[in-house]
Amino acid sequence: MNFELDEEQIMLKTSARDFLEKECPKTLVREMMENKQGYSPELWKKMAGLGWLGISFPEEYGGSGFTFLDLAVLLEECGRALLPGPFMPTVVLAGRTILAAGTEEQKKRLLPEMIDGTLIMTLACMEENGSLEAAGIKAKAEKSGSGWVINGTKLFVPDAHVSDCLLCVARTSDSPDKEKGITVFLVDAKSKGISTDVLETMTGEKLCKVDFEGVTVPADNIIGTVDEGWPVVQKMMGEAAVAEAAWMTGSARWVLDTTIDYAKERIAFGRPIGSFQAIQHKLANMALEVEGATAIMYYAAWTIAEDTPEKELAVSMAKSWCGDTCRNAAFNGVQIHGGIGFTWDHDMHLYFKRAKSSEVSFGDGDYHRENIARLLNI
Amino acid sequence: MDFSLSPEELAFKKEVNDWLDEHMKELPDWWVKNDGSGPEPESEENQRFSMEWHKKLYDAGFIGIAWPKEYGGRGATIMEQVIFNEEMAKRHAPTGAGGLGVGWAGPTIIAAGTEEQKKRFLPKILSGEESWCQAFSEPGAGSDMANIQTKAVEDGDYYVVNGQKVWTTGGMRADWAILLARTDFNPDIPKHRGISYFLLDMHAPGVTVRPLREMHGEALFGETFLDDVRIHKSLMVGEKNKGWYISMGTLEFERSNSSTAIGLLNTVDNLIALAKTMKRNEEALSNDPMVRQQIAQFYIEVNVAKYIGLRALTRQLRGMTPGPESAVGSLLIMELGQRMQNFAMTLQGPYSRLMKGSKYAVENGRWQRSFLSSRGDTIMTGTSEIKRNIIAQRTLGLPRWV
Repeated sequence: MNFELDEEQIMLKTSARDFLEKECPKTLVREMMENKQGYSPELWKKMAGLGWLGISFPEEYGGSGFTFLDLAVLLEECGRALLPGPFMPTVVLAGRTILAAGTEEQKKRLLPEMIDGTLIMTLACMEENGSLEAAGIKAKAEKSGSGWVINGTKLFVPDAHVSDCLLCVARTSDSPDKEKGITVFLVDAKSKGISTDVLETMTGEKLCKVDFEGVTVPADNIIGTVDEGWPVVQKMMGEAAVAEAAWMTGSARWVLDTTIDYAKERIAFGRPIGSFQAIQHKLANMALEVEGATAIMYYAAWTIAEDTPEKELAVSMAKSWCGDTCRNAAFNGVQIHGGIGFTWDHDMHLYFKRAKSSEVSFGDGDYHRENIARLLNI
Repeated sequence: MDFSLSPEELAFKKEVNDWLDEHMKELPDWWVKNDGSGPEPESEENQRFSMEWHKKLYDAGFIGIAWPKEYGGRGATIMEQVIFNEEMAKRHAPTGAGGLGVGWAGPTIIAAGTEEQKKRFLPKILSGEESWCQAFSEPGAGSDMANIQTKAVEDGDYYVVNGQKVWTTGGMRADWAILLARTDFNPDIPKHRGISYFLLDMHAPGVTVRPLREMHGEALFGETFLDDVRIHKSLMVGEKNKGWYISMGTLEFERSNSSTAIGLLNTVDNLIALAKTMKRNEEALSNDPMVRQQIAQFYIEVNVAKYIGLRALTRQLRGMTPGPESAVGSLLIMELGQRMQNFAMTLQGPYSRLMKGSKYAVENGRWQRSFLSSRGDTIMTGTSEIKRNIIAQRTLGLPRWV
């Protein structure tokens, strides 16, 4: 039995943490909130140089041949640092979708450039209805000559404004079963007819509205098979949910570590506030949840890496638990810091806000608990 | 038990409502709609609006109703104060301006001030001409207020004050502050016995205020630096070194009443409206059993808080010492408010991430603002932890651990 990270993974984790502590300080995070691009191209180059973009991709495309679990370890450290920019969209939402469902030609065309840092990508799926179900896909793609024409509006597309290409999920045929008739398209961001608006978010994340007006896509830019794209999307959403869970676990652990340090140093009534039982119990509860998040998240990442039958259940368990953990940790992190935790200058609000954002990304706790209930045949 | 009002009380309630009927029409659209389209709280426009409304209330005799008539109030009974606060909350009417003047500084001066202090300060507090903030907390003295380090050293007819205060509400605009400073430096006495209470001119030389920005992005508070500020001895309230007891009295002016609970009833209504608007898979969230259960539970808890407030009120009317109701009421209200704000985020799902000014923001991002703001409610004016300690030790009589 081995349910802990192996030596290589621990080294990856430690080196990632050290790298981000140096290269991604909170001053950068705050700067990127105001900055229009929302990420540092210099930092992106460095990450590419370290092989981060190719962690879970095969060596034949320039990756290091490691697994989704190794990627999760890295994402955990990114979450701890609140790394700004299109890392998750490029690698998880788009990159791994191309890896799973693309043709050999597409993979050779796109993955090496993504891995060496020259291609930034994202995925446009959710629409104004806010639904995560297939029935929510209303954007249409119609055959036109040898290619397709896409019309529709997508919301909350991360970093679309700096992406070179987007995967777009559109409906290619009508059917009573809404999960049929969906296709995933690879769209050049510079295509005529695409307009992107960056929405104002609480976290400063660059989530975009993307309008597709008569956007033409050549037939060889379909990822997977026409009308059979929904399973590809579902697989992507499962990985995205666990990627968010990893991110949230890293964030929650920063909150726990930082708050423990504060509780040891902050004096009130002649003693460190960490000596008061009320504070100790809050931190003990936080530790319980963070440990639980770490465990369930690694388990879920493993089920994805090994593609086990329990994968769907594991994904929903991880997303719901980790979402609750991160939200609770950040909430209590502010409380234990008292007044200073409520200020703009203290970093806690960066985590408090991101916790709420990640919580609703790819399904909140209620959504995933309902999924679990369905899978348990309740 | 009797929830009915006396004829006099009913007449007062009618008086308040008649006045509101006439004057609420004058409110700007953005206030009425309460959709986040109004000016920022610290903006010139909002300050002007606040002062205009204060003047209306003042001219109608509705500012400082609890103050004795001789000081410009109407000597309102406790029930009248409750009725007034409740009706204002129910009708979602704006309150007066002047910061902590009417509710805090004024009553303190009435209770413990000299005649000169009353003459000098009370009229302008009532009219709103001078606004007040509180200079109690320090970076090293929040919950542990007795630990304040700001020094006031005697120098002839003055005290020379040096120190730093934090969380001075509206400090950038305030004209005056109620200030706690240390006047006895003997290390052998208990810390709280060396504190005096002063009235501080915020425009005096040596007073510097820096905005203190909170997590919602606005600076509703300030950090106040005091460098050799001279305060005349006539501006000390009460006796030297007795300031702690005066400030404890001040804090009790935050009487638990039911008006905050009524504000939360408005929030329940707003959550219901939000649940009806937000859809998941084409279906309004108000049809989701979990949403219905949660909103129903909030309604229950708000009413529990309201009736806790009325019990505390009754004890007060009977002249009894406050029981656990007062302390538990404020604890419940603050935590409940936070849970309701979090639920508004839940209802908005992926849209919860969008702020005021964003395309697609729900209700102009007002819930995002109130959600972030509510995070401070269990810290300001007494943390939940301190409240629980007070409940356990003072009201339940559990032993203090030393």
